[in-house]
Amino acid sequence: MLKNDGIISPEELSPVVPPADRLARGPVAIIECLQDIPCDPCVSACPVKAIKMKEGITDRPLLEFDTCTGCGLCIPKCPGLAIFVVNMKHTPGMATVSMSYEQLPVPEKGQEVTALDRSGKDVGKVKVVRVVNPPGYDHTAVITIEVPADQVNNIRAIRV
Amino acid sequence: MSRNTEVFVIGGGPAGLSAAHVAAKLGAKTLLVDDSARVGGQLIKQTHRFFGSSNRDAGIRGVTIAEKLQQDIEEVSDRLTVLENTAAVGFYHNKEAGILSQKAYERVTYQAAIVCTGATENSLAFDNNDLPGIYGAGGVQTLMNVHGIRPGQKILMVGSGNIGLIVSYQLIQAGVEVVGVVEGMPTIGGYLVHASKIRRLGVPIYTSHTILKALGSDGVTGAMLSRVDEKFQPVPNTELEIKCDCICLAVGLTPLIDLFQQAQCRMVHVGELGGLVPLHDSAMRTTNPDIFVAGDASGIEEATTAILAGRIAGARAYETIHGKSPQAEAIVAEAREELRTLRSGSTGERIRWGRERVLKEVGEC
Amino acid sequence: MTSLRIDKHPVLNFPERKIVNFNFEGKQYQGFAGEPVAAALHAAGIRTLRHSPQKNRARGFFCAIGRCSSCIMEVDGQINTMTCITPLAEGMQIRMQKGHGTIKA
Repeated sequence: MLKNDGIISPEELSPVVPPADRLARGPVAIIECLQDIPCDPCVSACPVKAIKMKEGITDRPLLEFDTCTGCGLCIPKCPGLAIFVVNMKHTPGMATVSMSYEQLPVPEKGQEVTALDRSGKDVGKVKVVRVVNPPGYDHTAVITIEVPADQVNNIRAIRV
Repeated sequence: MSRNTEVFVIGGGPAGLSAAHVAAKLGAKTLLVDDSARVGGQLIKQTHRFFGSSNRDAGIRGVTIAEKLQQDIEEVSDRLTVLENTAAVGFYHNKEAGILSQKAYERVTYQAAIVCTGATENSLAFDNNDLPGIYGAGGVQTLMNVHGIRPGQKILMVGSGNIGLIVSYQLIQAGVEVVGVVEGMPTIGGYLVHASKIRRLGVPIYTSHTILKALGSDGVTGAMLSRVDEKFQPVPNTELEIKCDCICLAVGLTPLIDLFQQAQCRMVHVGELGGLVPLHDSAMRTTNPDIFVAGDASGIEEATTAILAGRIAGARAYETIHGKSPQAEAIVAEAREELRTLRSGSTGERIRWGRERVLKEVGEC
Repeated sequence: MTSLRIDKHPVLNFPERKIVNFNFEGKQYQGFAGEPVAAALHAAGIRTLRHSPQKNRARGFFCAIGRCSSCIMEVDGQINTMTCITPLAEGMQIRMQKGHGTIKA
C-alpha cells in the first residue's frame, strides 16, 4: 500500500491507467499522483489542456486520456516526479516509458541501463532511446527507455 | 552606534525577505537583519521543485526562489538596508532593539517590527542520540547543498514527513546511500509522491518502527531499530540492526520565539503549529501592536505560505506607520486568497485547525 | 579534496574557492576559504569536535546554523566558538577545548 511503504499497488494505480484501447493508440501520460496535495504545475504544462482539477489546486489531477497526446511536456514540470508517458505502439512486443531523471550521470541515447520497479528492485537491462535535457528543464532530464510491453507499468526508475 | 528605521524585519528567510520587500516597495524605510552569511533562509538549500500554485513559484526549485527573492530586495535597495551576519539579540521597551554583528553591538529604533525568526530542529530521545554522526535534517542540507560536503557514505533517515523524504532524495542526488527511512506512525507522513520517488530508487521505508539506539562509541556505526505497536511501544524480538555511518533526524521543527517572549507578546501553545507561537490576528499582528510575525515563527508550515504571510505582514506594518493604502490592501487580499487555496484540502487540515485556534483566541474566528 | 566533497551535483554548481591550510590539534589540513570551520573538519574526516565537560562524551556538529552549540571549539585561542558558522581562514589554529575551556587574559 502506497501510504505504508511508498509502493503504489496495482489496485491503487488502476484509476490513472488509460484503458487498453487508448494505450494501443500510442503515447499517453500516466499521472501517478494519488493524494490531494496543493500543487498544480501539470495543469498549465499541458499544451492541449488535457489535465484538469475538479475543485482546485488541492485536488488530484485528472487526465483526459483521449485529449492527451503523450507529448511529455508535463513530465519535468511535476515536483513529485510522478508523471510517466508510456507508448505501447513502439515496436511489436516492446513499449517505451518516459520519466524524469535528476541524478548523475545522465545516460546517453543508446546506453544500456538497469531498470528498477516501484520498490527499487533490479528488473533487468533496458536501452535508453531518447534523452531530453534542455536548459529550460532546469536539470530534470526526461529519459525514455525501451521495455518489454508487459513491463510497462512495472518499470518506474533507472540506475545508470 | 544606533540606527533608526520605520520597519525593522528580523530574519531573511522567505517570510522576512517578502515582508521587507513589500514594506519597502510601498514606501517604508526598512532594515532587515539576518544572522547568517547570506539571506534566503532555508530556501538556499532546497534543490527540489516546490509544490503549490504555478501562479506563485510552484514547479521551481527552492534555490531559484531564493534568487528571485534576493533580486526583489535589490529592486528596493534605496529604501531597504540588509545586514547579514547580524543577529537581533534583544527587544526593549519604546520600540527599541539590539543587534549584534561580528563587529559591533548597535541599537535599533523602529516604528514597526516584523519578526521572522523561523524555527529550530527537534531532536529525538534514544540511546546514544548525542554521538557524532547524528545530524539534524537542516544541518545535513546545509553541509551538502550549501557547502558541497556529504554527511557520510551511508545514512539512516528518521522521520517520513516531507523534510525526511525530500532530504533523503537530496542525499541520493549527492551520492549518499540512504539505508532506510524510519517512521513511528503506521503511515508515511509526507507527500506520497516524495515517498514513491525514493522507494523506487531502493530506499526501504520502515513505518511502525522506531530507533532504539545508535551504535558506536566515538561516532555512529549503525542503528538498532524495532517495530512499535499501536501505542508506539517497541515490540520485543523485532529488533533490526542497520549499518550506517550517520543518522539524520527529521522529526519536526519548533518555532523560534525568544524575541516575542522578550517583547512580552502573549503566547499560545498550538500542537498543530509546532508548539508555542505568538498570538496573532489575520494581519499577522501580535498582542504587542508594533510587532508582527510571519513564517515558521508563527507556526510551522512551508516556504510558499511563509512568503504570503510575509507579504501580509509587510503591507500591514507599512499601514501602521503610513496609514491605510489601497496598494497594501490589494497585496493583503491577494495573499489571503492564495493562502486559503494552499491550505484547503485534506493535507492542509492540521494547519487549518491550528490557524483557526490562534484566530479564535484573538476573537477573529 | 576528500571523498566527502561533492565534485559534481545534478542540480547545483559549487563555485570554485581558494584552498587554505589550517591546523587541528597540531596536524595540518586543507579546506576552502570561507567555508565553516566545522564543514572543513567534517570534509577532512574529523567528526569529534569536542568532548562533553561532565561525561566526556564525543560531540559532533548537529544543526549547522549556529543554534545548538554542539560544535563549539577553541579557534585561534577563542573558546566556545561556534565552528559551524565561523568562516575558515588561512592558518587557523583549531583545538578541542578541554572541559568548559579557559578564557585567556
